[in-house]
Amino acid sequence: MCLALPGKIKEILDDRQALVDFMGVEKKVSLDLIEKCQVGDYVIVHAGFAINTLNREDARETIDYFRQLSGHSL
Amino acid sequence: MKPSTISDNFPDTPSKRNNASKARLLLERLSAHRAPATLMEVCGTHTVALFTTGVRAALPECVRVISGPGCPVCVTPLETIEKAIGFAHRKDTVLFCFGDMLRIPGVHETLESARAHRGARVKLMYSPLEAIEYARREPDQSLVLFGTGFETTIPIFASVLMRAREDNLRNIFLLSAFKSIPPAIKALLSAGDSAVDGFLLPGHVSSVIGVEPYGFIAGEYHLPGVIAGFEAADMIEGILLLLRMIDSRQPEIKNQYTRFVPPEGNPRARAMIDTVFVSRDTDWRGLGTIHNSGFALRDDFRRFDADQLMDFEIPPVQEPADCICGEVIRGRRTPVDCTLYGRSCTPSHPIGPCMVSSEGTCAAFYKYSR
Ligand code: SF4
Repeated sequence: MCLALPGKIKEILDDRQALVDFMGVEKKVSLDLIEKCQVGDYVIVHAGFAINTLNREDARETIDYFRQLSGHSL
Repeated sequence: MKPSTISDNFPDTPSKRNNASKARLLLERLSAHRAPATLMEVCGTHTVALFTTGVRAALPECVRVISGPGCPVCVTPLETIEKAIGFAHRKDTVLFCFGDMLRIPGVHETLESARAHRGARVKLMYSPLEAIEYARREPDQSLVLFGTGFETTIPIFASVLMRAREDNLRNIFLLSAFKSIPPAIKALLSAGDSAVDGFLLPGHVSSVIGVEPYGFIAGEYHLPGVIAGFEAADMIEGILLLLRMIDSRQPEIKNQYTRFVPPEGNPRARAMIDTVFVSRDTDWRGLGTIHNSGFALRDDFRRFDADQLMDFEIPPVQEPADCICGEVIRGRRTPVDCTLYGRSCTPSHPIGPCMVSSEGTCAAFYKYSR
């Protein structure tokens, strides 16, 4: 039920909406729940609404953190 | 190991590129684990993803992952299902619901059979936003939104109701069966009858509520929790972090899914929930009443309350005999302990709620583990 999929913002539309690309499939998504975002951002989308944006720094940190954890380079 | 469908949707981020090698590496570490541990996840998406990614099958035997109350279909009380069916039969009324609610057996029928055979009006929605369009187009119809789900879904309905108020739409109503995950975890822990050593916490719910609401798990109950994503590597890493904290007896709440879960969650979405809803006690099917775990409309939004349309009676309800869903979502028993499982109760003919939604524990077991 809480399934949410990541997609990339292609175009900001009016009325707090955006066109979001999910692996080649484009859908209109409401941006009403998120503070700010721009074209090129990844958002996680549930039931037609972006519920949060992906922070690329965070993504990188996750991997750095994992490197420390494993003592390996990936 | 099969790649998860979710990571397939994530084409060019660092996480995707490293996912497979990361999963393999983590799994090696995990298979070295020897001490028995029982972990609980509380998210239907985890229930399914643990099977489809192959993670569940790859876990060492001593590590057990059980599914708690993370499937909205399973925890929505029978009375509420009957109310929804009642609204669908009501004159000039149409019920909007999510697809997985269609097949829950009510006392005499499901929403699906009510629609197919008795002319009840039920519309499936992908997003509750569709209701706005419909309400504008059909001003003489009353439209009841069947509001099911957890904190991921609730702000979406809040947004829709705020919009409905802005647009002065008078024909949208809400049947609120929303539930909050942290109080349910607290209820399970305070009952003290679920032998759980740690919690794999839901990524998308947490994307809204953040890390803090789970603090009591470590603070009061001295158990670890890890907020985890849904790719194989995410879940394995989450499990590994839990096992480490169990071994070291240093329980904390950690966040593995930092890609989408900032520590503070999504404050804007939470503020919208608070604008529209106020906490109330609510009934969970199989768990009973849980303090402050439900969402009632605030006075400003009371005019959207579907209860005011209730000009029908709901039949007395009784739980299906021999169904042990309640025990299953408490983590005390597994689906195979149920005498009906796979015999009279199957996904094509569900008797209890855990067999209805593909995210229900019984349905997931039936589909993936036989
Ligand atoms: S198998 Fe069916 S009857 Fe048994 S616990 Fe699961 S849903 Fe209930």
